[in-house]
Amino acid sequence: MTATTPEPAASGLGVAVVFEEMHRWYGPVHALDGLSISIAPGELIALLGPSGCGKTTALRALGGLDEVDHGRILVGGKDVTGVPTNKRNMGIVFQSYSLFPNMTARDNVSYGLRLRGVDAKARKKKAEETLDLVGLAVQADRYPHQMSGGQQQRVALARALAIEPSVLLLDEPLSALDAKVRRQLREEIRRIQIMVGITTLFVTHDQEEALAMGDRVGVMSAGRLEQIAAPVELYERPQTRFVAEFVGLTNRIPAKTDGTDVDVLGRRIPLLPGASDRGVVQALVRPENVRVTPAENGSSRVLAVSFLGALCRAQVALPDETIVVAQMAASESSGLYPGVAVDLAVAPAPVFVVAN
Amino acid sequence: MTVSTVGVPAPSELPAAGPAFGGAGSSRFKRAGNYVALIPFHAYVGLFLLFPTLVVAIGAFTTNKGQLTLDNIGAVFATKAFIDSFAVSIQLAVVTALIGAILGALLSWAVVRGNPNGALRQLVVAACGVLAQFGGVMLTFAFLAFVGYEGMLTLFIRDNITHTRMDMSWVYSLTGLIMLYAYFQIPLMLIVFLPSLDGLRQEWYDASASLGGGAWSFWRHVGGPILAPSFLGALLLLFTNAFSAYATAQALISQGCGLVTQQIACQIQSEVMIGRENVGKALALGMIIIVATVMLLYAYIQRRASRWVK
Amino acid sequence: MSGSVNTQLGAAAPGGGALLARPKGAGRGRRSSRSQTIARYLILIFILGYLIVPLFASLEFATRGDFDKTTKTFGRSLASFAAIFTYPNLIDSIVASLQIAALTVFGMLLLLVPTMVWTIVRVPRMRRVVEFLCLLPLAIPAIVIVVGVGPIYRWIGQNLGAVGASPLTLALIDIILVLPYSYRALDSSLRGIDTGTLSDASRSLGAGWPRTILQVIVPNIRGGILSASVLAIALVLGEFTISSLLSFNTVQVVIFLLGHRDAYVAVAVSLTALFFAFALLFAIARFAPGAASRAQRVVEEPAA
Ligand SMILES: Nc1ncnc2c1ncn2[C@@H]1O[C@H](COP(=O)(O)OP(=O)(O)OP(=O)(O)O)[C@@H](O)[C@H]1O
Ligand SMILES: [Mg+2]
Repeated sequence: MTATTPEPAASGLGVAVVFEEMHRWYGPVHALDGLSISIAPGELIALLGPSGCGKTTALRALGGLDEVDHGRILVGGKDVTGVPTNKRNMGIVFQSYSLFPNMTARDNVSYGLRLRGVDAKARKKKAEETLDLVGLAVQADRYPHQMSGGQQQRVALARALAIEPSVLLLDEPLSALDAKVRRQLREEIRRIQIMVGITTLFVTHDQEEALAMGDRVGVMSAGRLEQIAAPVELYERPQTRFVAEFVGLTNRIPAKTDGTDVDVLGRRIPLLPGASDRGVVQALVRPENVRVTPAENGSSRVLAVSFLGALCRAQVALPDETIVVAQMAASESSGLYPGVAVDLAVAPAPVFVVAN
Repeated sequence: MTVSTVGVPAPSELPAAGPAFGGAGSSRFKRAGNYVALIPFHAYVGLFLLFPTLVVAIGAFTTNKGQLTLDNIGAVFATKAFIDSFAVSIQLAVVTALIGAILGALLSWAVVRGNPNGALRQLVVAACGVLAQFGGVMLTFAFLAFVGYEGMLTLFIRDNITHTRMDMSWVYSLTGLIMLYAYFQIPLMLIVFLPSLDGLRQEWYDASASLGGGAWSFWRHVGGPILAPSFLGALLLLFTNAFSAYATAQALISQGCGLVTQQIACQIQSEVMIGRENVGKALALGMIIIVATVMLLYAYIQRRASRWVK
Repeated sequence: MSGSVNTQLGAAAPGGGALLARPKGAGRGRRSSRSQTIARYLILIFILGYLIVPLFASLEFATRGDFDKTTKTFGRSLASFAAIFTYPNLIDSIVASLQIAALTVFGMLLLLVPTMVWTIVRVPRMRRVVEFLCLLPLAIPAIVIVVGVGPIYRWIGQNLGAVGASPLTLALIDIILVLPYSYRALDSSLRGIDTGTLSDASRSLGAGWPRTILQVIVPNIRGGILSASVLAIALVLGEFTISSLLSFNTVQVVIFLLGHRDAYVAVAVSLTALFFAFALLFAIARFAPGAASRAQRVVEEPAA
């Protein structure tokens, strides 16, 4: 564990989870290509990656819903690779429509307890407690079709938590919801997860979600893990080109590098380790690291300005027609209008470079 | 027939801007126009479906001179052959509906577990479509080519095992009919039930498994209850399908009057005793009543079994 | 464990990689237990076997040639298939049945499509009524209709001369018989498109109703129309009860009668017909999958 990885608040419930060298083929498709991750007790790992990169496959493998062709899965130090799903005691929340439509919210939540032979009274109590935890105690007698998508996902979460699972697995649980509910629910999931202290794997293809929720974020591509790190580190210090390009908005600005520093827009800034290209390259610069100042004889020109609440985004054309996006606080955007001549500068944060 | 409803639009159905567009009079006129467009359909169904049904229902209670009578109904109850034909038909329909529904559901399950776009599924579905809806006479001939007096199996057993002519008369009895009906009941079940099985989501199975349930728990608590209404509906459809069938039995036992449908046909074709021409209609009414009863029962169970359906 | 270690692990063991590189058959998503797989194959083998064996027997039966007394086996010959063409009655009846089928399809579409579109865009409250009426034939046995339809056919026969005596009049009832199946096929197709908006758009551009239905709605529900038509054709070609009791010589009636005269030819015809019907349905399933699956949704909830 490197020093930059924050130690998650370990609580009694959480167990450590380790993926070791997992491989999975679907016919010719190599869905997992030597995936290894190790998750600390009580930690929430957000697994991020483009569609089809194997996130779901990894999650299903951990949940025992899918076999792996090679590799091991350790939960709390024990090898569970061959253990069937129904013996793994893992809570899984699916993308959508996973509630049993023939059962009320309460019955859905108590289903797992019923299978464990818990008596009716204790079951009812536990179900209500858990529904209360997700803020749905009053809806206990509703059927899934009588609830909104967000409520359904809360029930699904309650159902997964009711069995007091050793690990919580969420596969894009918010992707079918609209933006506002999504934000609200993700904060709630995080709150509950920290409260319960359960080790959690959260799969998503929404970067904002991953960066907001994860103790650490793992970026996957083509069945392998590109990088796993705390959100800030991932954003500021991408280790591979894929991560640098995939996470966050990125400008590609012409630059020159000698292997230690980069010349971008007339400024010398440090080069991130991991970038191997030399000479004339493109620097990957975050919009918030681009400074725009109105200047009468500036060589660049503002194309458009858009406001995102407290933030402001400006599109600027360089003399060579490269378009660069800059982001700043709205209060700093005075004097920026389409057509205005500006000077561009780059903040001295280390950058990644790629070949032209 | 629907014209009577024309004049009474529900308040909520009136256009909000009613008066501005020329007042209630013209909107009512337009509204009536909307219904006029449905007249051809209703007239057609009325003439070729409802009218014949009415003819049957009224005919069952009248003499051929048009006088009211209960003699036709009385004749049905008084004649053992009629009562027996109902008993046999119902028995046949119940047994083959159960066989068809159970085996058909199993077959659907086996098919659904495979690739949804695979050749196996498309082959089975196409074959079942043919057997279920095309069959009748031709299926009977195929069946007889298999187990009839000169059938493949019969001859094979005779020539290679028993070396004497076998008694195959069971083929032409109720047993034979049951086996034969299975040839269209099982495929019909598959056609009707496959979409419901498709509607079972993988997520439900996975969720059940992750909560600790095995296959049995899933089917008992989730899959079974979810499929129950459509299984029941399919069972009912199979019942009416078998109960109404005529061609198959007629092709197997052409001189028979064993089933209600055959009995009715016998009534139509033979010049029956004077004054009892309408007994066939009484029998037909009996069929309608039985099917309707089963349907009402089904509607009731369905409503109870599927509280959770939208 | 940090990212760099992971990526190294990920790239490790080239030897092992080569060993692993052989794909292990395309598994389905779910773990499926051995017993389930075995059960599945047993079901497929036994039930499909049960359904297929008579067809195989038909083939054996229809291709029988001379009996060889010494080996106790039949020679093989296609004589029964060739003999099909020596029964002019049969050929006539096939032609008649095809004509009835064409009329039925035409009438069914003419009756159903405008009515269904109209109920969707103009009088939604009538939708359930139309649905109920369309599904009603499932609850009224064909033989009941035959009993009740007597007066109509008597009138047709007495008043319409040659037309009245033609088997083509059967299309009038066949349209009723195919309603439940055709309705379902068309309904799911119409649900799949936004019929209301489409027709509003078309009419706002100045098209009248006939043009809207023919040029806007119909092209968008081709799949549904195709499956509704195929079902109707299959039903008409398979229809026996009504034609036999009204004494019209449709193909099923003639095959039925043929069964008493020459069982071999009857079986040969049956097999051929079943095969063609199967080939047609299979081709549609293969090349117009949407249409085929719609055709399956025959009855979700029976009329009640
Ligand atoms: N059951 C399956 N059969 C065949 N191929 C599969 C199966 N499941 C997944 N795959 C393939 O494996 C690869 C990884 O799939 P996976 O579902 O894990 O992607 P994902 O990262 O979850 O994508 P998404 O963001 O779209 O959900 C894909 O190429 C997919 O096509
Ligand atoms: Mg996925």
